[in-house]
Parts: sequence; structure tokens; C-alpha cells
Amino acid sequence: MNTSTLELEEKEVNETEMITGAEAVLKCLVEEGIDTIFGYPGGAIMPVYDSLYGYADKINHILSRHEQGAIHAAQGYARASGRVGVCFATSGPGATNLITGIADAMIDSTPLVCITGQVASHLLGSDAFQETDVIGISMPVTKWNFQVTSAEEIPKAIAQAFYIAKSGRPGPALIDITKNAQQEELDFSYTRCHRVRSYHPYPEIKEESLRAAAKLINKAKKPYILFGQGVTLSGAEEELKNLIEKTGIPAASTLLGLSAFSTKHPLYVGYTGMHGNYGPNVKTNECDVLIAIGMRFDDRVTGDVNTYAAQAKVIHIELDLAEINKNIKVDVAINGDAKQALQALTQLVNQNSHEGWVEEFHECDRIEMEKTIKKSIDPEGAQITMAEVVHKLSVFTKGKSLIVTDVGQHQMMASRYYKFDEPKSHITSGGLGTMGFCLPAAIGAKIGAPERQVIGIVGDGGFQMTLQELGLIMQYNVGVKILILNNEFLGMVRQWQQLFFDRRYSFTEMQNPDFIKLTESYNIPALQVSDRSKLEDAFKSWLGTEGPCLLEVIVEKEENVFPMVPSGSCVSKIRLE
Amino acid sequence: MKQKEYTISILTEDKPGLLNKITIIFNRRKINIASLNVSTTEVAGVSRYTLVVSLTPEEVEKIIKQIRRVVEVLGSFYYEEDEIYYREIALYKFSIDTYKNNNELEQLIRNHGAKVMATEEDQVVIEKTGTKQETHELYNAFQPFDLMEFVRSGRIALSKSKRRTEAFIHELETSTSNTLSIKEF
Ligand SMILES: Cc1ncc(C[n+]2csc(CCOP(=O)(O)OP(=O)(O)O)c2C)c(N)n1
Repeated sequence: MNTSTLELEEKEVNETEMITGAEAVLKCLVEEGIDTIFGYPGGAIMPVYDSLYGYADKINHILSRHEQGAIHAAQGYARASGRVGVCFATSGPGATNLITGIADAMIDSTPLVCITGQVASHLLGSDAFQETDVIGISMPVTKWNFQVTSAEEIPKAIAQAFYIAKSGRPGPALIDITKNAQQEELDFSYTRCHRVRSYHPYPEIKEESLRAAAKLINKAKKPYILFGQGVTLSGAEEELKNLIEKTGIPAASTLLGLSAFSTKHPLYVGYTGMHGNYGPNVKTNECDVLIAIGMRFDDRVTGDVNTYAAQAKVIHIELDLAEINKNIKVDVAINGDAKQALQALTQLVNQNSHEGWVEEFHECDRIEMEKTIKKSIDPEGAQITMAEVVHKLSVFTKGKSLIVTDVGQHQMMASRYYKFDEPKSHITSGGLGTMGFCLPAAIGAKIGAPERQVIGIVGDGGFQMTLQELGLIMQYNVGVKILILNNEFLGMVRQWQQLFFDRRYSFTEMQNPDFIKLTESYNIPALQVSDRSKLEDAFKSWLGTEGPCLLEVIVEKEENVFPMVPSGSCVSKIRLE
Repeated sequence: MKQKEYTISILTEDKPGLLNKITIIFNRRKINIASLNVSTTEVAGVSRYTLVVSLTPEEVEKIIKQIRRVVEVLGSFYYEEDEIYYREIALYKFSIDTYKNNNELEQLIRNHGAKVMATEEDQVVIEKTGTKQETHELYNAFQPFDLMEFVRSGRIALSKSKRRTEAFIHELETSTSNTLSIKEF
């Protein structure tokens, strides 16, 4: 072998190790086990998209019709699959269009990694074309964000982003990558991140906090468990059930906790919050020990914090230290992961039962049934009600579907009347209350859990905020089922206008397009029903359709969601009608 | 509940953007930051932020915990006055004529433990280190003498604890959970 060929071979080896920053982004994602990305291209992220062209066998990129659609889809994907949702967008408007979804993921603790393109680093700060300070804008709504300005920073930044997004209390991470960093070459190698010295996502649970909690629980006469999404996020469904069954304590869910514990369990007493059930709300102010697990005492749960569970000793099991004593002063704080905490706590508590106390909840159920539920699900009027649709859907699907909802009356009806019987079956925009969430999130959920029957329940208002994502369903044939509950109103706002603003229906009535024709124009089958007697048949053909299908139900225009704890008032003052 | 003056001390990774990540937490709650100082520490790559704020005891705890949630924050702690050693520095500028024509100025400088930091052809700069109250007293004393300019630094403070920053960082690097309470250190 002469020297010149030797040189050539050496050079070739070097060349294969050197890759562009853009390709490095994709290699990092593959290393993290990512096979699905939601995104939308543009100038500043074109190098990454160019590399993506060659990665079609490894990465399934799903093109949304708006960046907000991409990120909500990534959120739905993450929440349905338990994996990290990944989202691409270009600089400027592409990145700013992600912000609503990032804020939503932040407040609902959803693990996301968002990668945005940015203008070349020499242009930063110069008001260059499509330059926007995404790092600055996203700072308050990301768990972590970081700007990459040279190719060699890419692997470490992405590794950290994944670690931070999914560990501890999950949340969105954003990496902003300048165009030059995508184009430059680097000597690629990847190590997954398992540690950041300034970040300690799993506090060690203090033994004495567990003992103090057990002591309170063992002595309690009227103990009450409230669980939130922390249970789902830590995969502690089984541990929660064990604690409930051993102690015989009645348990209620928050909005985001729904489906972490079967609604069919005899110790499940309902759901709490503004439009939650009667018993779970009023009993909060009667129990002697309140055990809050993986929830954050949101104001929609507590109402007036000064009267909330004021008589009770409060035990709070929570991973995020900043949530402890934030809204409600607690007596015992167990700062740590729900799964671990529940396992340890269950060891320390006595086998018990509280039949008389549980019966008090059932008594409340009977009152709520009489005063509220009956009228809602079995209405006298000719028009179908939302409550009725959800109730019948729940029976029809045996509580086994994965329900994704938008924001408004239909969302509250879904959370009240769908009887969840499987974990990880409820995805909604809870903390931020983002209209437009449902359609893209349901698409993402179906992609993240293809084996599940995914049903998106949405109002006519919210549907029109992101309906362009029907294009995504069409292009990728996503077998999601959409249910529009059409009341031709921004229903929830109208309800507040009726109850608190003297029926002054200021800009809440809507003239809608023909949703059926609209959907069909995307080649998606669609049907409409307005007649009660045809509802069941409509379910049959809608859910029986192979692939995607949309059902529009024309519902009562001025239905109200009850019970209701008026905003900021005491939970005992819940209105039943 | 009554507000008190607290000194907040934050140890962070020395990274751009962190000042913003920290002040956002105060802005969201509409808390006015009375003083702020950013400094290096004896540990390479670690910065210390020192802030002074007036808050209730409950508010300060919430803020400290929210600051700890920032990924690059190594530790955040709060102190009352008797738990720290602290100082501020103030500079006072006079024209050379004012300075020369008023003999009382020299007297004031001596009595207040200040010193002349720089003397130029046309102006003089006086420096005084002390508590805010002390530097303010001197400011008041100087007021009648056509003071040209005045500036005061943010507070810098060290806690009275015997812990070393280096040992704390080492603890963080070796443990999986940050067990230090927000009052320790
Ligand atoms: C992006 C956004 N804008 C405004 C609101 C305020 N809002 C909350 S519920 C609601 C009405 C929703 O109407 P619709 O989607 O038709 O559902 P319905 O309440 O009728 O079931 C509005 C406007 C919101 N939550 N999100």
C-alpha cells in the first residue's frame, strides 16, 4: 500500500465522523429513542429539515398545519405514551407560535423538547429577518431553555434537555439553535445525561415525614384522599390503589388526576373542583385528615383558600418543593416521588375501614343525582344535552377509551360523566385552559397510543381554533375519533354571563360553518346527529368506522354545567342547580 | 403578616441569562428588588447573587423555593439582618472648588470613616463603606454642599454559617437530592 492511499483512507474515516450540526440534532434524537417528531419548517431550521430528508427510515416527522398544532400534538403524544414529545419550529413566528403550547405543557407538567431554528449567531440582536428573542420569551414558561450558537454544543444541550424535561416534575425544555450551528461541522459523539449538579429532581423522602403522616392517618376518623396528575406521572396507580384499599379511605380525583384510579372502584367518590362532584367538594370541609397526593391545590380546586379544609390536618405528598405550602398550609409535607412515598406510607398505615364516612359521600351522591345529574343526563327537553352525550358515550365505550378534551362546558361534562376505567385515559388542558388544544392533542395521543381508541371531545368554538389540523389527520390517516358538541355558543362563557352578568350574552354566540362539509373536504368521514333516538346508531357508525371519523352532535344551546363552586368562594357553597 | 427586610443569597452556575431567570420570579409576584449584586465566588464557575427585598416570612419562603426550581441554581437561602455580615459601598462626587472651599467636608469624611478615593484636577470622589443607613447618613450630611453625584452599590453579604461554598457544591455533586433546607448555609 503506498502512502497516498493510506492518507486517503485516514481522511475518509475522519470525514465520516464529522457531521453537520443539523445532522447531529437528528442523531441525538435517535440516541434518545425518539422516532416521532411534530413540526413545521422555515428558513432558520432548513438545515435540520434537509437532514431529516435522509432520516425518513428512523424518524417519523409529522407536518402540522400551524406550529400550535404541532406542539399540542406533541403534548398529546407525550401524555398518551409517557414518552417525551418532540417539536420543531423555525425562528420568529414559528417559535412564537409554539409559546401557548409550551406554557400549557409547563403548567400541566408535560415532558417536551422543542427545537427552534434561530438566525445565524452573527445576526443575533440585530433585528434580523425572523429574529425573535425566543429564549427571553420562553423563559418564564419553560422548565429549561438554552441557546446553541456553535455546532459542538448540540449533543450536550440536547442530552440535558431530555434529562431535564422528563425527570422530576416533567416540563418543556427548549433548545434554540442558530443557523450557523446547524451548518457547521462537529466531531460527533453522544452521551446521555443522567446528572446536572445544580438540579436535584428526586428529593429523598424524610422518614419522619412518613411516620408523622401515618400517625395522622391511623388516628383519623374522617380521612379523605385527593389525588392529582402526580400519580399518573410517577406511574403510581397501583400504589395509590394499595393505600386506598388498605386504609379504606374514600378517594377523589382532581381534573388532571382523572383515570389514575378507576371510577368504578367502591372507594372512588368522584371528582373535585369547580364543576366536580358534590360530595368531594363539601366533604373537603368536613374531613379531619386530608391526604393530597401529586396535586397542587389549584384555585379551581380550592375555591376560597381561607376556608378550604381549614378544619383538617393536611398531608401533602408532592415532588415539587415549591408547591408545598404555596396555596394551602400543610401539617405534614412528604416531599418526594408519589410512587416511592405511597409504597413507604402504605407499609406504615393500619388496615382499616371507614364505612360510615364513605356512606356520607354516597348520601351526597344521591343528592347530586336527584338535583343535578338526572336532569342533565336524562333531560326533559327535546334537545340532546352534552351531559347526555358523554354519559351515553361512556356506557357505549365501557369507560375504556382515551378521552382528549378541549376547554369549556364540554370539557367539564366529559370530566364529570365519562367513567374512566383505565389509567392514562384522560388528556385535557387543565392549568392553562387552552381552547384549541383538543384536536391536535387527540391526534398526537392517537399517534402515541395507536392501540387505544382515542376520542377527542371539543366545542364548536375550540374546534375552530385549530381545525386546520384536520389536514394532518388526512395526510397521515390518523385514526382518531372527533366529537363536536355544537351549541353555537362559547358555552362556558355564556354560562358565566347567564349566572354572573345578568344574561348579557356579549359576543358569545357563533355562526358556524358546515362542520360536516368542512371535514369531508379533508376526505374525513363525518356525520351529524341532532335527534336523541338516533344517537346510539350514530355512535355505532362513528366509532365503527375504520380510521378517522368525526361526529357532530347538535346540543341544547343553553345547557349549564352544575354543580358549580363560584370562582373564589368556599367549596361548601357549591351550587347544585 | 408584616413585611421584613430579607437578604437573599443565590449560588448559581455562571451562565448567561440567569439574571433574567431569577428576576422573572420576583416580577411575576410584583416584588420590588431593593438591591441586587452579582459576583463571582471562590469556586470557579459559580456566581453569587445577593438581593435585598421586603417580604412577609411566608412570601420569602415561597420565593426561595421557586428560585431553587431554576435548573442552574445551585442553592438559594434567605437571612435576617443578624444572620449575615453585610456591607454596601457609596461614592460621592464634588467639584474641586466645593471641596476646597468647605473645610467641614474633610471633617465629615473623617467623622464618618469615609475616605478620598480620587482627586482630579477638577473633581474629588469620596468613598464610604458601611450599612445603607451609614452611607445614607453621610449622604444627608453632604447634601448642603452641592454634591455633584452620588451612587450606592447593592448589598453584599456573607452568612455567619461556618459552611464553605466548595463543600456545599461538593455535596450537590455527590448526592442525588438537595437536602439542605432553605434556612441552612
Ligand atoms: C385560547 C382561549 N381563549 C379564550 C378562552 C376563554 N374560554 C374558556 S371556555 C370558552 C368557551 C368555549 O366554547 P366552546 O369551544 O364552544 O365550548 P363549550 O363551552 O360551548 O363547550 C372560552 C371562550 C380560553 N379558555 N382559551
